[in-house]
Amino acid sequence: MQWHSAGEFFAMGGYAFYVWGSFGACAVLMFAEPLLARRRLSEVRRSLIRERLADELELQQKNS
Amino acid sequence: MRQSIIQWFRFGSPQSFYPLAGRLIPWFWAAAAAFGIAGLWISFFVAPTDAQQGEGYRIIFVHVPASWMSMFIYLVMAFWAGLGLALNTRVSGMMAQALAPTGALMAALSLWTGALWGKPMWGAWWVWDARLTSELILFFLYLGFMALQAAIDDPRRADKAGAILALVGVVNIPIIYFSVKWWNTLHQGSTINMNKAPSMAHTMLWGMLLMALCFWMYSIAVALVRVRAIILERERHTEWVKHAVA
Repeated sequence: MQWHSAGEFFAMGGYAFYVWGSFGACAVLMFAEPLLARRRLSEVRRSLIRERLADELELQQKNS
Repeated sequence: MRQSIIQWFRFGSPQSFYPLAGRLIPWFWAAAAAFGIAGLWISFFVAPTDAQQGEGYRIIFVHVPASWMSMFIYLVMAFWAGLGLALNTRVSGMMAQALAPTGALMAALSLWTGALWGKPMWGAWWVWDARLTSELILFFLYLGFMALQAAIDDPRRADKAGAILALVGVVNIPIIYFSVKWWNTLHQGSTINMNKAPSMAHTMLWGMLLMALCFWMYSIAVALVRVRAIILERERHTEWVKHAVA
């Protein structure tokens, strides 16, 4: 290992802005994208459940 | 034999692909995390400092995987789009649509990390060089594919139009790949060459390959999540969807 302290590690030999800017952008986007995809899936699921409940309610009203 | 081929075609139907994708997703997340942890460890703690570029070269561990994936996802997307166009299978078009945003993200990351690497090493965020320009065109191809699909209401027609755009755009992939050979560019040559042993330290190579595997597994996982959402959106009026979402 070439680092002698945490400060040295974060300084990245003077390239901190460029190295952390690159890894940081990847981390942020690759964290946000799955969340957005998951939200899209749960939204369509929720609307399908609502639709089904509405259908069931309608059926009950017709029968009674 | 015949039976096994029919088994594969069965997954071409959204009804059987939806639960299969759901079962596969956790495995791909786990693989992405494992490769990511190993790759990051090598990237920061094992790989030595570069003789010429100091610590700045470490951008390679995200820049190369993002660039590879941006090209590879495009090929996979075009393959599914073409298959959908030829065989009219329903899941193919959905797969192509699910892959496009992830491909665009990888192209954006490739350009972003490239700019952050170019500034300290070349002294410029951006140059109109063959490699950079063709990668920018790839990014626009993804955006164009998504915009075209979003602009057409009928999903089947949207798939067809998107497929033609995706297939025409494939010509850009070899242009990106060979750009550093065909033109005299500022961008350095390919990191890994099929014909000769890699010129970089083995630990650097391993770090890059592990990070590439991480990006690969990540892309599959996120595309499968998105394709499940697309399946439900498009098939919402069918009986099986009503039963699948209890």
